[in-house]
Amino acid sequence: MEAGEQRHGRLWMWLDQRIGLGELEKLAQKKRIPVHRHSIWYYLGGMTLFLFIIQVSTGILLLLYYRPSAEEAFESVQFLMTEVQFGWLIRSIHSWAANLMIFTLFVHLFSVLLLKAYRPPREVTWFSGMALLGLALGFGFTGYLLPWNELAYFATKVGTEITSAVPGIGRFAGRLLRGGDEVTGATLTRFYGIHVAILPATAGALLGLHLYLVQRHGMSVPPGVEAKDTAPRTMPFVPNFLLRDAVGWLTALAILAALAAFFPAELGKKADPFLSAPAGIKPEWYFMFMFQTLKYLPSHILGIEGEVAGILGFGLGGLFLLLVPILDRRTAQGRPGRLFTWIGIAIILYMLLLTALGYMASATQ
Amino acid sequence: MTEHALEPDENRRGFINWLLGTSAAAFVLSVVYPVASYLVPPTVGESTAGTVTLPIKPDDVKPNTGQIFKFGSRPGILIRTSSGDLRAFSAVCTHLNCTVQYRSDLSQIWCACHNGHYDLNGKNVAGPPPRPLDTFVVNVRGTQIVVSKSA
Repeated sequence: MEAGEQRHGRLWMWLDQRIGLGELEKLAQKKRIPVHRHSIWYYLGGMTLFLFIIQVSTGILLLLYYRPSAEEAFESVQFLMTEVQFGWLIRSIHSWAANLMIFTLFVHLFSVLLLKAYRPPREVTWFSGMALLGLALGFGFTGYLLPWNELAYFATKVGTEITSAVPGIGRFAGRLLRGGDEVTGATLTRFYGIHVAILPATAGALLGLHLYLVQRHGMSVPPGVEAKDTAPRTMPFVPNFLLRDAVGWLTALAILAALAAFFPAELGKKADPFLSAPAGIKPEWYFMFMFQTLKYLPSHILGIEGEVAGILGFGLGGLFLLLVPILDRRTAQGRPGRLFTWIGIAIILYMLLLTALGYMASATQ
Repeated sequence: MTEHALEPDENRRGFINWLLGTSAAAFVLSVVYPVASYLVPPTVGESTAGTVTLPIKPDDVKPNTGQIFKFGSRPGILIRTSSGDLRAFSAVCTHLNCTVQYRSDLSQIWCACHNGHYDLNGKNVAGPPPRPLDTFVVNVRGTQIVVSKSA
């Protein structure tokens, strides 16, 4: 107690006696990060978290001007972009940080997959991370519609129709998502509620679980490093690792500001349900590999409609990725195994290839 | 006797647990059911009109062009072929619901979303669409175009 008072002063002591700052301090001092040649990947999760915090902050600011109805949404975003001081900046940062967050999330996911950080006892950390990926894609999909422009309108039509095409519960789920049989103002209002309330609340809870588990189990050391005779060096989390984190976050912030300033978010034309889908229509880049796959599928595969086959395929792919910690028995038993590394690399290559094709293919053939 | 009084009565304990359990289940159900029903959007009576008079004059539709029109709450597409025929179809792509357009360069109906092609009879001829477009009947009455669902 006396030592604490000498080090921190009276205010700190007052708070310590009431909320237990000393215990938090001990916890922070205890945490150490292994140092080895794959340590760089440890920064991706924190980077994703940082971008998420940016999303929450800018999202709250956007709420102050945005109006969630088919009649007013487009105009309110237009007003925000043209009249509100720095409105363009806030919206552009929100849009760019969303993209960067999905990107760092994917890099985080694949680095965890290839370094086999999902092995026991970290299976639930992986499951919660996969759920967070699903929520992030949900954020992207629902947020995309909110400006109520032409691109968003057709992207949502296609996206919700994909839901409807799922055999069995699809029709019901599609109606539930759209708030009716068609994409209308009802869909916009519903997506708004999902985007600003349901998803943030769920993501907050899951993020809490994810971070608690990371804290509980400590950083995973890759099997290759673990197999060496000597345990890797470690560095303290506070301040050594945190300061390195901060360098990354400040860099991300600088990149965000530059992207927002040089490539501000576009608004396009207001959605009109009685216009044709414009040529060159594309989804967000992180849906591109699925979009492009759907383009290549023939109308019927083995007697079922091509898009249903595609959707089932991606559903099974996602389920497979979710269950990797359970399916990868060799790694769970501590034996070296290359199979899941190759599967991971194959998934990455497939996504990269189809995304590239999506951007290179002519829009009008 | 005194010891017996302290022993928990298994029957009573079981009964209380059953009561608590069913009450909890009933409570959860009484919350979940209304909330779940609330989330399901009510069915809005769709326009059942099978016939629509278009705000387009027959002369305004040039050969080898197409236009989108409202058919109830959904879009339709009106096309004049190069030979001068007027044809109308549902403009909702049978693949994933995008709104199709007429491509003069191909003389085909085309969906920009996933590159689906239909011929001038509405038949899916290339790309992912699984079915032909719904066909409407076009009647020209003087300067009016009347489009109706085929019987």
